[in-house]
Amino acid sequence: MATAEEIARAADQRDIRNRWYLSAPAMLTIFFAAVGPLAIVLVYSFLTPGSYGDVKWQFSPEAWVSVLFERDIFDDTLSLAGAHMSIFWRSVKLAIVTTIITLAIGFPTAYFMATRSEKTRDLWLFLITIPFWTNLLIRTFAVLQIIRNEGIVNTVLMKLGIVSAPIQILYTDVAILIGMAYVYLPLMVLPVYASMEKLDFRLVEAGYDLYASRWQVLRRIIFPLVKPGVIAGSILVFIPAIGAYVTPSVLGGGKNMMLSNLIELQFGQGRNWPLGSALSITVMLIVMVALLVYVRNAGSQEVRHG
Amino acid sequence: MAKSFSIRHQPGFTTIAAVCFVALYMPIIVLVVYAFNEAPSTSEWGGFSLKWFQSASQNAQVIDATLRSFQIAAIAATLATIAATMAALATTRTPPYPGLTFKYAMINQPLMVPEIVTGVALLIFFSRIKIFTGYSGLGYLIAAHTAFCIPFAYLPIRARLENMDLSLERAAADLYATPWQAFRRVTLPLLWPGILAGLMLAFVISLDDVVITEFVKSGGQDTLPTYMLGQIRRGITPEINAISTAFLLLSVVIVTLFFFVSRKRD
Amino acid sequence: MNWKTTATAVGLALLASSGLAHAEGALNIYNWGNYISPDMIKKFEQKYSVKVTVTDYDSNDTALAKVRQGGTGFDIAIPSQTFIPVWIKEGLIQETNPGKMENFKNVAPEWANPDFDPGRKYTVPWAWGTIGVVVNTDAYKGPANSWGIIFNTPDELKGKVNVVPEMNDVIFAAIKYVGGQQCTDDKAVLKKVRDTLVAAKPNWIAMEYNTIEKMGAGDFKATSDWNGSALRQRLANPAIHYNYPKEGYGLWSDNVVVLKEAKNVENAKLFQNFMMDPENAALNSAFHRYANGIAGSEKFMPADMKDAPEVNIPADVKSLGELQRLCSPEIQEIYSKIWTELQK
Repeated sequence: MATAEEIARAADQRDIRNRWYLSAPAMLTIFFAAVGPLAIVLVYSFLTPGSYGDVKWQFSPEAWVSVLFERDIFDDTLSLAGAHMSIFWRSVKLAIVTTIITLAIGFPTAYFMATRSEKTRDLWLFLITIPFWTNLLIRTFAVLQIIRNEGIVNTVLMKLGIVSAPIQILYTDVAILIGMAYVYLPLMVLPVYASMEKLDFRLVEAGYDLYASRWQVLRRIIFPLVKPGVIAGSILVFIPAIGAYVTPSVLGGGKNMMLSNLIELQFGQGRNWPLGSALSITVMLIVMVALLVYVRNAGSQEVRHG
Repeated sequence: MAKSFSIRHQPGFTTIAAVCFVALYMPIIVLVVYAFNEAPSTSEWGGFSLKWFQSASQNAQVIDATLRSFQIAAIAATLATIAATMAALATTRTPPYPGLTFKYAMINQPLMVPEIVTGVALLIFFSRIKIFTGYSGLGYLIAAHTAFCIPFAYLPIRARLENMDLSLERAAADLYATPWQAFRRVTLPLLWPGILAGLMLAFVISLDDVVITEFVKSGGQDTLPTYMLGQIRRGITPEINAISTAFLLLSVVIVTLFFFVSRKRD
Repeated sequence: MNWKTTATAVGLALLASSGLAHAEGALNIYNWGNYISPDMIKKFEQKYSVKVTVTDYDSNDTALAKVRQGGTGFDIAIPSQTFIPVWIKEGLIQETNPGKMENFKNVAPEWANPDFDPGRKYTVPWAWGTIGVVVNTDAYKGPANSWGIIFNTPDELKGKVNVVPEMNDVIFAAIKYVGGQQCTDDKAVLKKVRDTLVAAKPNWIAMEYNTIEKMGAGDFKATSDWNGSALRQRLANPAIHYNYPKEGYGLWSDNVVVLKEAKNVENAKLFQNFMMDPENAALNSAFHRYANGIAGSEKFMPADMKDAPEVNIPADVKSLGELQRLCSPEIQEIYSKIWTELQK
């Protein structure tokens, strides 16, 4: 009957309207404090750099050209911006590896927390976040103390006679990865925990009844059930990790630029705000497209069984 | 099969978790130890001393900065979590509807913009408002922090909601519970671990922010991270360790008390 | 669920208690971090019954960007000499005429009429210093009065050299090393600069600011650095020496300015005058460890600074120092391209 359909449609529309109201506070805050400002940046990317920072109100596509191409300083020829590419790739690579490490450590940890008795779970949750109540810089410095040549790791290794001279960990890529994994771990653990906490162990039990191995249970039952958490965690680690620069520069020695350093240089000593703007919009678009593709693909299976 | 076959057990997971917790706390222990360093260094040990606690306790700038950090983080994380919970309810457990992807992209947008860009853009935007209204209080910092905390709170909550059992809410509705009652009595308790996780994340993220704060802050609004950033060129003293240790202990005490109180009530 | 209620209540209480105290007599200072003596502030506060608030910045660029946008609520800032012409040109600071203030007579002759502020119409000296090469003589005993330590590292120091990542300072030093003039537009020189830097980088262990600790702990054996930082390193380890490169080295000077949008102009002027008093300047120097440009402050200086070679440039190398300038935007663009090339 048409009327029934109309009622259903009206109900749907009411539902959608309610959903807009519900999301309004978040959307408005983000609009004013994040999207609005971004519009400014978009405009800036098409202007001419001011003499000492800021911009001149004069249209110029130069910034966008320099994102991809570099004009040689000495012979004025245009070529593909190798420096930008290599910096971009370094940041992305680091972010990918960081995500994998945090997942490898964070997943079992979240599982451990989620299988504690209901009463102590909140305590574990606090325990995992407390180290992060001290700020990033000081946490990174503390990691530095541990891995430096005279630090705990090397002292113990030498006392045990495993190595005779300290291993140079500080100022290497390993140091950066240790630091990044440390800093971003809660961003993985917490979302995974949040979706694991409600894990229905009857399903696991059913798996074992069907003679599944522990690995099969983990892969075929547990993992699919907590996938939303893993997705959320990966996003929360990966994206901020692309923009990381405090940890790489403190532990890596700051000899090589990260994406954020490159962008910061333009807004700081480089005094090329349009290029900084264009670079950030480029990064944002790439990440956003990657994110949407990722969520679409990863999320498509699980929408159905809600 | 072994007598004690536990369906919850996964080989190696407990070990990894144990290593993980030890690794998490090791730097914190180092941090605390160096707070008691006699030497003016956060790396070379020069004997036990309480002098950094003493000097930190007299350094009004660092105490103010630390308190301000926690204050902004508490307010911003709370606001962000409330907004994010509502947004998560609005964007999950629904067939796709027009604007859903848009909302999703928008909510996650603060994640994707490098901090320096948001910082500069907010500087331009907020200074106009500052000059226009004459108000230069903490409101700007709180608004900025709330905005970038939202995705961090939103994602865990959404993950929790994603395949939460709907049947209980339907049952509540069948029992003539109002939508608010159903939410308060059924959805919220089920959602709670996600909310708590989101809140914790947002809190931590706000505590860490340097760049955006640096650009948005007005006179007398240093937070601990911006205070430290200013010191980088001149060297950081164990005073920072001392103040962090003091606040760490304070938060542990508060959390422990809170845990026991809430446990008693249950 | 009480958690949330509690948190909200606590949050609101905190918010309510956060109103910035705006006392009758107030002064808002915007300064580099860890760069102002607490004792000196106390003295100023007591003398004029003014409440001083200090807020930090981390770079000249941040400070300029913020002050340019306005609405910051600061009365005083302490920018470097390279940036002062920009601040003046863009009308960000007030002409308070320190040259006519009571204590101006104390300003050392060489700082009384600087290029960046002829006639001292806007600025008052805060601190000045040099940028040179610091070497741990336990690791390297050869001659170290050259930028070659950084750009053509001797074998003993390979993999142990740090470079403080200040783009303008590093490129200034490299230009001197290859024999050019600062802010040069000579492409041949700039090309040599780039090649020198790129070739030198593999010998560096790091590019960071944290030199006092790392030199002290031995992670670094040599570094480019500011003189005050070098002084602190030597006091911790007498084997660490500061060297004035023979190719020429940079001089810098930070200065007190009063912002155009200042609300407490009178107090700010009092502060400018206050800073030109030798005793106050020395009190400040004792904290930040740099010279201050106020004649007569020497006798109030701490003993370890009075004859320190880091603070008092030896006569034979005095002529090698050159005040750094801000280069034109075109040159600056080349600088940042070289810098990106170096760090890619």
